[in-house]
Amino acid sequence: MSVRQSFSRVGILPRDLKDLTRGQALWNASVPVVSVVPLLQHREGDPAACLVAPGDVVREGMIIGRAAGPEGAHVHSPVPGTVRELREVFLPDGRRSPAVVIELGGEFDRLGKSVRKYPWENHSQKDLLGIIADKGVVGMESAVPTHLKYTIPKNRRVDLFILNCSECEPYLTANHRLMLEKAPQIVEGARIVAKILDPRRILIAVDKSRKDALDALGQAAKAAEFGAEIATVGSWFPQGDEKQMIRTLTGLEVPSGGEALDVGAVVSNVGTVFAVYEAVALLKPVIEKALTVAGGAIRNPGNLKVRIGTPLTDLVEECGGFVEMPEKIVIGGPMTGSAIFDLSTPVTKNTTGVLFLTSREIRNSRRTNCLRCGRCVEACPMGLDPTNLFKLIDHGAYGEAFGQGLKDCRECGCCAYVCPARIPLVQGLRVGKAVSLERGGAA
Amino acid sequence: MAKSYLLSSSPHVFENIDVRRLMLNVILALLPAAAYGVYLFGVPAAVLILTSVASCVILELLFRRLTGARDNYRDLSAVVTGLLLALVLPPSTPPWMVVLGALASIVVAKEFFGGLGHNPFNPALIGRAILLMSFPAAITTWHRPFEALTDAATTATPLNIIKLGGTMADVAAGMGLSSPSQVYLGLFLGNRAGCIGESSILLILVGAAYLVITGTIGLSVPLSLLASTAGLSALLGMDPLFGLLSGGVVFGAFFMATDYVTTPLPTAGKIVFGVGAGVILVLIRRFGGFPEGVTYGILVMNAFTPFLNDLISRKYGFVKGGAK
Repeated sequence: MSVRQSFSRVGILPRDLKDLTRGQALWNASVPVVSVVPLLQHREGDPAACLVAPGDVVREGMIIGRAAGPEGAHVHSPVPGTVRELREVFLPDGRRSPAVVIELGGEFDRLGKSVRKYPWENHSQKDLLGIIADKGVVGMESAVPTHLKYTIPKNRRVDLFILNCSECEPYLTANHRLMLEKAPQIVEGARIVAKILDPRRILIAVDKSRKDALDALGQAAKAAEFGAEIATVGSWFPQGDEKQMIRTLTGLEVPSGGEALDVGAVVSNVGTVFAVYEAVALLKPVIEKALTVAGGAIRNPGNLKVRIGTPLTDLVEECGGFVEMPEKIVIGGPMTGSAIFDLSTPVTKNTTGVLFLTSREIRNSRRTNCLRCGRCVEACPMGLDPTNLFKLIDHGAYGEAFGQGLKDCRECGCCAYVCPARIPLVQGLRVGKAVSLERGGAA
Repeated sequence: MAKSYLLSSSPHVFENIDVRRLMLNVILALLPAAAYGVYLFGVPAAVLILTSVASCVILELLFRRLTGARDNYRDLSAVVTGLLLALVLPPSTPPWMVVLGALASIVVAKEFFGGLGHNPFNPALIGRAILLMSFPAAITTWHRPFEALTDAATTATPLNIIKLGGTMADVAAGMGLSSPSQVYLGLFLGNRAGCIGESSILLILVGAAYLVITGTIGLSVPLSLLASTAGLSALLGMDPLFGLLSGGVVFGAFFMATDYVTTPLPTAGKIVFGVGAGVILVLIRRFGGFPEGVTYGILVMNAFTPFLNDLISRKYGFVKGGAK
């Protein structure tokens, strides 16, 4: 099998710290005694409408939240048990969501049972999309409902489907483990996606430092006679960003303000494609998630398969407790993840990792004047001038900043990562972007 | 809850680098050239360097205290300025004069504009330029290495000799060499009259290599500056290699023209900056009143920096002829 190599520079080369967990095979975390299942687990729109009431008995995989609008996704019960209460919780990203609190009890319908493969091959594209929607599949990083992403307008055509296996955030290795342990299933997921999208080309993009994953996927693709090309990409951050991935692999750039489909591309994360496999080939709703637990404060970092709705306290226990109190707890990767304040926060469909960081890892230090060293300009994968945008925003010139590329900022955080003066560049840009969008783009 | 966790917007990790570390790198990189200057010109050179550094640090502290600004000495930027200022002065500069130079560098060129990061011109070069204008005789008096800094030991720099119509043989004689062919190696090693830190190209390059390897500076400015100096020198019928090895161009290229604050951010801007500084310094050498033009070449280009900052490379998603 031929392997294309594309190593053009993207952003930064961070300390990746993946060795902590790279060798840790996925293990099944204990099923939580009490699950807290948020009904808002998709990116935009209203929470799913709650279908259960306190006292109701639910079964594993039963639908408990119905998508409230076209932008929504269904939510399923991750465990069998009894609904204790409905509660409002904070999501990792700071939004509030109603949540169903389920106390474990009764028999599992799936766990420990053998499952028969569902013969999906003869289904139409529409049926497959229906199954994906039914099973509540969303982007395992983006939380965009997958059936929406794969619904291609009539006048469009997919040239290229990219299976994005880059996992460029430091610390995170759960997708890497998934590729090693579930390569045939991932390839089958990609075949399902290919059937839906009917792309001219399929590219599987893997980080060049992950030779083992590359081989596993290559063999699985060969065994399934799946006509995908395999490409290796550099270990840059944010190589896994959709726009960067498209440029690296094709040389095309998504126009400013546009989307991947404008250049005929659809990019899906390996975790999402695995969820598509489970949804379609096993008829299994999204009730668990492979994620990495890492950071200097946790005793046994590793990769876990965790039920959605598991509170972080359970994960701490699962991983041997703390060696020291963490200074900061992050859901997601350290570059773009969210800091949280409460260990009762539950795992959601797009939780890629949970990091318990010590003060040494955070390396907080005092902010000083901008040195104008230009590191942020060099680091910006979008070719923006972060220090200048930051200054404009600081002076309230939102409209001008917006015109100078603020709207194209992907908020990857490279600028703030490299800044020797510790200026909160991306943080300022994030606020500036939100304010300018609120004011309608200009003003 | 007993413990509250730190909350902040991402990113949550940072590169292991800060302003102090960068400044420390520059200081370390300057040490070989400084030590060699002391070796060549003796105790007075050491006194000058220490005076310059001390007055820069103290003046910065005093000024910031006076204006109610936060103390800044921990970032070591004043030490860098003091070191740079001393290294581009002749060894015979009286210490009181260097205190004035430090005043011009730190207070006038830097703190008046708001301190580190806000100064439009390179502070050390402003210090030198003001001294050069105020005390033209003292700042252009040069001494032979390894001799007491008396009037009897004064001499001309190699650039001066050429400027005044001398030949390479005269330069060789001035450097105590027997034949003109040894001049290049002599200049490279640095045994010549000149500023304290500018003479040994070898040691300057050692320091510069350290800065490049540690990622402290990039090569866009120095290389474009050196290339345009050599190129224009050749075009104007001057010896390009001699032009590079004599005077302060290599020192200026790696230590003055790479100052973060006063040089452009984008690579294209950096290249224009370097080329422009090279052109101006050669024009001054060839047609101006001074034998050397590095100071003014860089200072003039400092003024262009805000414009050169606009030469940012193309943004993602703005393909010619593409949508929008």
